[in-house]
Amino acid sequence: MTYRSHADLGGQPGHGRVQPEPEGELFHADWEPRALALTLAMGATGAWNIDMSRAARETLPDYARLSYYGIWTHALERLLLERGLLQPGEVDSAKPAAAPAPVLPRVLQAGDVATALARGSPTSRPGPAPAFAVGETVRLRRDGVPHHTRLPAYARGKRGTIAASHGAHVFADSHAQGLGEQPCPLYTVAFSGAELWGDDPGAARLTVSIDAWEPYLEQTT
Amino acid sequence: MAQEHTHPGHRDHDDGDHDHSEIGPMDLRVRALETVLTARGYIDPAALDLLIDTYQTRIGPRNGARVVARAWADAVFRDWLLADATAAIASLGYSGRQGEHMHAVENTATRHNLVVCTLCSCYPWPVLGLPPTWYKSAPYRSRAVRDPRGVLADFGVVLPEETEIRVWDSTAELRYLVIPQRPAGSDHLDEQQLAALVTRDSMIGTGLAHAPGAAS
Repeated sequence: MTYRSHADLGGQPGHGRVQPEPEGELFHADWEPRALALTLAMGATGAWNIDMSRAARETLPDYARLSYYGIWTHALERLLLERGLLQPGEVDSAKPAAAPAPVLPRVLQAGDVATALARGSPTSRPGPAPAFAVGETVRLRRDGVPHHTRLPAYARGKRGTIAASHGAHVFADSHAQGLGEQPCPLYTVAFSGAELWGDDPGAARLTVSIDAWEPYLEQTT
Repeated sequence: MAQEHTHPGHRDHDDGDHDHSEIGPMDLRVRALETVLTARGYIDPAALDLLIDTYQTRIGPRNGARVVARAWADAVFRDWLLADATAAIASLGYSGRQGEHMHAVENTATRHNLVVCTLCSCYPWPVLGLPPTWYKSAPYRSRAVRDPRGVLADFGVVLPEETEIRVWDSTAELRYLVIPQRPAGSDHLDEQQLAALVTRDSMIGTGLAHAPGAAS
């Protein structure tokens, strides 16, 4: 298995205390809002989709060392380089190369920003009917997969209950690999704290849910 | 790749007197990226300005506070919000990017909700704006699903021992908004006054709404 996500942090010990911040404090350096906007604007071109950008971020070897906007910036460069939209050395020299640039499906113009943000990118699609019913007990797939997935490791192999059914949505796993949307039923699956964490002191009177696509689920026997 | 001496889960500049006029390697890198992409015709720099302005001045947690205040004041709206959050929230003018599929969850005397994205930074942008740094940090993402009471303690929140904690890990494109408990003694307040009691953290579940008179 060559795909390795560094972002699957749920339940990992040793990361220390959370450091709260005041409500208005969103950026810690002048470059951060610019990196955010560059990422959003390039995402709007259609050169890749959101699942591809999540895959690019979570597999950065430096993930654990980078700040969050650092992760976004490095992943943006990577997505651009992989598609030939940026040439090696261009950022270091801050000069565009003379090579002809591929044409993108769209460019986000200032006049379209409000409309694009208001529209967003809904992921609900027509698709197959759900195989599981609300209230049913399911087991989450035990094995890892060699590609981007949204099934966190802490839930793998665990028994949960279907808490809600949301119709079919774009399947992140196939979308991230460039295999198309392949919509499939999406559920909220709830687990008891004890199922996830045994007799951990924090697991008492705790219920945790994830949102899981049908391919993540197995029938319990 | 540029070197960045930051640590996951910690503020980028703990000294608190960071000089924003200093040009660091990341400033240069992001500027160079913008220069090259602009020359290519891939981005409109004016669109970047507008995106930044939107999330610094127009789309933030005051939107969500209005939603919560309406739910507190209007039982019909509260029922709608719990049944179809996307539509109820859109009726107040908030919709779109990172809030396409909303779900509202309500705190009660016996149940406290907490929202996290353990895999990245999924967050309901139309109602809360951009996520704070701690929400994207390793300490929060790792502990929220395993030791939520410990996380709440980091925020100075201690719940009764018997309260059930319900954690929502945003692993797909559903986005969660917590409706905090309406504080005691707020019966006489109008919606605008109620909204002032609603903090960003109370809508993530890491805080409680302010008591009347205690709001800063």
